[in-house]
Amino acid sequence: MAHSSLLSYAIWVPIIGGLLVLAVGDRRAEAARWLALLVSLAAFAVTIPLFTGFDTRTAAMQFSERVAWIPSLNIFYHLGIDGISLWFILLTSFLTVLVVISSWRNVKERVAQFMAAFLIMEGMMIGVFCALDAILFYVFWEAMLIPMFLIIGVWGGPRRVYATIKFFLYTFLGSVLMLVALLYLYYHSNSSFSLLVFQKTPLGMTAQILIFLAFFLAFAVKIPMWPMHTWLPDAHVEAPTAGSVILAAVMLKMGAYGFLRLSLPIVPDASHKLAWLMILLSLIAIIYVALVAIVQEDMKKLIAYSSIAHMGFVTLGFFVFDSVAIDGSIIQMLSHGFISAAMFLCVGVLYDRMHTRNIKAYGGVANVMPIFAALMMLFAMGNVGLPGTSGFVGEFMVVLGTYQVSPWAAILAATGLITGASYTLWLFKRAIFGGVTHPEVAGLKDLDGREMLVLGTLAAFTLLLGLWPAPFLNIVHSSVQHLVTQVSLSKIPA
Amino acid sequence: MNSFLMHWTFAIPEIWVLTMACVVLLTDLFWGDRLRDLAAVLTVLTLIGAAVLTIFEMGQSGTAFAGLFVLDPFTNVAELFSYLAVLMVVLYSRRYLVDRGIYRGEVFVLLLFALLGIMVMVSGGSLLSIYLGLELLALSQYALVAFYRDSVVATEAGLKYFVLGALASGMLLYGMSLLYGLTGTLDVRDIAGALVNVSATNLVLVFAIVFIVAGIAFKLGAAPFHMWLPDVYQGAPTVVTTFLASAPKIGAFALIIRLLVDGGYGMLESWQQIFVALSLVSLVVGNVIAIAQQNIKRMLAYSTVGHVGFLSLGIVAGTEAGLASAFFYTVVYVLMSLAGFGMIMLLSRAGFEAERIDDFKGLAQRKPWYAFLMLIIMFSMAGVPPTVGFYAKLAVFQAVIAAGYVWLAVIGVLLAVIGAFYYLRVVKVMYFDKADAETGIVVRDDLASTALSINSLALLVLGILPGPLMAFCFYAMQGVI
Repeated sequence: MAHSSLLSYAIWVPIIGGLLVLAVGDRRAEAARWLALLVSLAAFAVTIPLFTGFDTRTAAMQFSERVAWIPSLNIFYHLGIDGISLWFILLTSFLTVLVVISSWRNVKERVAQFMAAFLIMEGMMIGVFCALDAILFYVFWEAMLIPMFLIIGVWGGPRRVYATIKFFLYTFLGSVLMLVALLYLYYHSNSSFSLLVFQKTPLGMTAQILIFLAFFLAFAVKIPMWPMHTWLPDAHVEAPTAGSVILAAVMLKMGAYGFLRLSLPIVPDASHKLAWLMILLSLIAIIYVALVAIVQEDMKKLIAYSSIAHMGFVTLGFFVFDSVAIDGSIIQMLSHGFISAAMFLCVGVLYDRMHTRNIKAYGGVANVMPIFAALMMLFAMGNVGLPGTSGFVGEFMVVLGTYQVSPWAAILAATGLITGASYTLWLFKRAIFGGVTHPEVAGLKDLDGREMLVLGTLAAFTLLLGLWPAPFLNIVHSSVQHLVTQVSLSKIPA
Repeated sequence: MNSFLMHWTFAIPEIWVLTMACVVLLTDLFWGDRLRDLAAVLTVLTLIGAAVLTIFEMGQSGTAFAGLFVLDPFTNVAELFSYLAVLMVVLYSRRYLVDRGIYRGEVFVLLLFALLGIMVMVSGGSLLSIYLGLELLALSQYALVAFYRDSVVATEAGLKYFVLGALASGMLLYGMSLLYGLTGTLDVRDIAGALVNVSATNLVLVFAIVFIVAGIAFKLGAAPFHMWLPDVYQGAPTVVTTFLASAPKIGAFALIIRLLVDGGYGMLESWQQIFVALSLVSLVVGNVIAIAQQNIKRMLAYSTVGHVGFLSLGIVAGTEAGLASAFFYTVVYVLMSLAGFGMIMLLSRAGFEAERIDDFKGLAQRKPWYAFLMLIIMFSMAGVPPTVGFYAKLAVFQAVIAAGYVWLAVIGVLLAVIGAFYYLRVVKVMYFDKADAETGIVVRDDLASTALSINSLALLVLGILPGPLMAFCFYAMQGVI
């Protein structure tokens, strides 16, 4: 019980710290940077006890906090985590530190506001992962859009306004129907907004299907699943590097987390009934979107499409309702968190030097930036899913779990590994290998210490998760077992 | 004897405001030229005094003056919010009025009389007193809109408002007269009793309800009775627009409580259906037409129509929780529009109204603090958490779903997304566009900018801790049915 307010610290330390950074002001940019780094480190530090104090034997919610928040509507400030949420909280707080370091020099305008936006967003994202009250969940889920909207709109590329408004409206549209579904559930669960109560509320099939579709819209836009993905390439291309990193590494995971926390346990029968649709959409993402990725000229766009394809594995793993596959999906999300972050940072490194993301403008980078090329090689291999990197573990487990349920789906999904290899390796070949064809490339400087620190850390985690996934799996396993049991039980009233 | 005294004690806040309005008028007549701030200062004191008196009588309830006057939790709470709204208008107004040479005592006298009208509406227990309050409010408003004589648009707006407002009052009065003819009494509670014996399909009753709801819809600004609203909001001096968009909405809400709930709750099913239609049309008209506006006052006027559509959802629910959520929405809307129009006032100066959306270009670079406040206001109006606007929408959606109108909630949330677009456009202009050279100057006004900062930050703070305000609004609706 000594740890009882750890989750609140994890949420509020970065938010309050972010406000302090904002108060420092843009004129004292250097002070703002250091304070932001300090806050992000402190925020990371408060999430570590969550890991060390975590009890892997139980699937119950841990570190719970529950305080009345809006008594008139029976809404509680109710937090708690299980094995599924823990890794995402750690991933968020860890990546925010890297993001602050990586934007140290290449953000020059309105530095304090930039850093503050990321810190405040960090708190809100962690809030999503530990909220156990539906309205609290929704508040964090939506509030997060505001800082991201500003990050893309203020510090983004030339078409940033279009991209950011598209991003905001797409996700807002997706989410509002979820709100209706949550209110409907509230009405049918004796006026409670607790997600844990929702999970036990019996519901008829029609209601379940409608709720599932409302949730689906919210989460599918966020993940994003084909065909709701069109905002993502735009948002990624226009966002500043740090924005892309958080978007790909954490925000996309929220949609997937939503499926695990809300859709599967709250409407299990509808999940089974519509699983074919979800599997179909996942396969389209894996196969078709990967083909789309191959033909991209813009590096960021290519990685954005590859993210959609990788998230296809995640959703595929959920809807075969097999504990190996769901374990695999969670590992895949974590792995994608590291690798996509690293890939976007690599593009950022190149962009900072050349101010273009067009693949044709590069070629032979390995000759002038050997350290960079070596690190990027590792991440590219992770993206491909080479054994030994984290990318392999997740995709392999998903395919394995899927095979037991539907061999055809598994075979089709496995082709995604091949297309994944083609776009990643072809990108790598064109940009990094070969002779130096452009004079600008010849003048490139290799990584500086700061960049090496950031990419090196990510490389270490990619390898760690790839070579020794056991500790990661240990934490998620009992929660996933519990979830699989929950999904297998019908909630249709007899 | 005792009961005689009690009658007067119930009405002490009203008597105080009436007396002080006369005092302000007289003192301004004699010393207004020498002590220019006298009227404003006295008005602020009046409001504070009225708030103290109202807080003292909280917890009591009953009727007075043979049923003409009602005191219940709703009376107290609605009056307190009305004082707050007028107070904010007064605090924002000084420089705006001085710049245009209309910083005169009459403005404040009219504001106080309008406030008195709202108070009488809120505490009216009979058709007569309710109508009296309504007309006192309306006449003060017409005069306020047309007060800036040098402005052609303001004069035009005043005339339009007068003609259409008189029409709406006429409709309301006609509905009331039918109700009186049917039941033989003016007392709202007696009407409720008499209606028990009247069939819901009685043609006269149907007519009465339709006319009364139409009158209320006009005062609220619900489509399709919203035609006056954009022109008047745009044409009136921004001070007056700020007022029009705040306290009178509480008065209009009081009409619903007093006439439809206290009097016509037995006819719930009849007026519920009308409100379903009003709410749908307002949501669509308000949110869609607002997209096309270039003038921010006009955009906010259409957004008002949209907000009325949202708050009508709570009325559609018709339950105590539904009415409480509609009242909460009204209060939140008042806070938001005070801040929104207050911001326009603060950024304007002599010869420059800051009323085009483009006038906000690059505000984040010129005045980051104001831009940040406007950001909060816009996101709150759009209903994005963690601002209080979200909880207002949450409460009405919750009520309307509980009443079984899931489809109405679905339409509501979809239009909220459309609404988000035009609020985002203001944020986009402030944060993503470069500033024009001519829009760079902001005149200092410490009092108004402090008040505005508190007002806007309240939207955020209430968004993080909405519990107390919501509980207060639910308290106001206790036992109203």
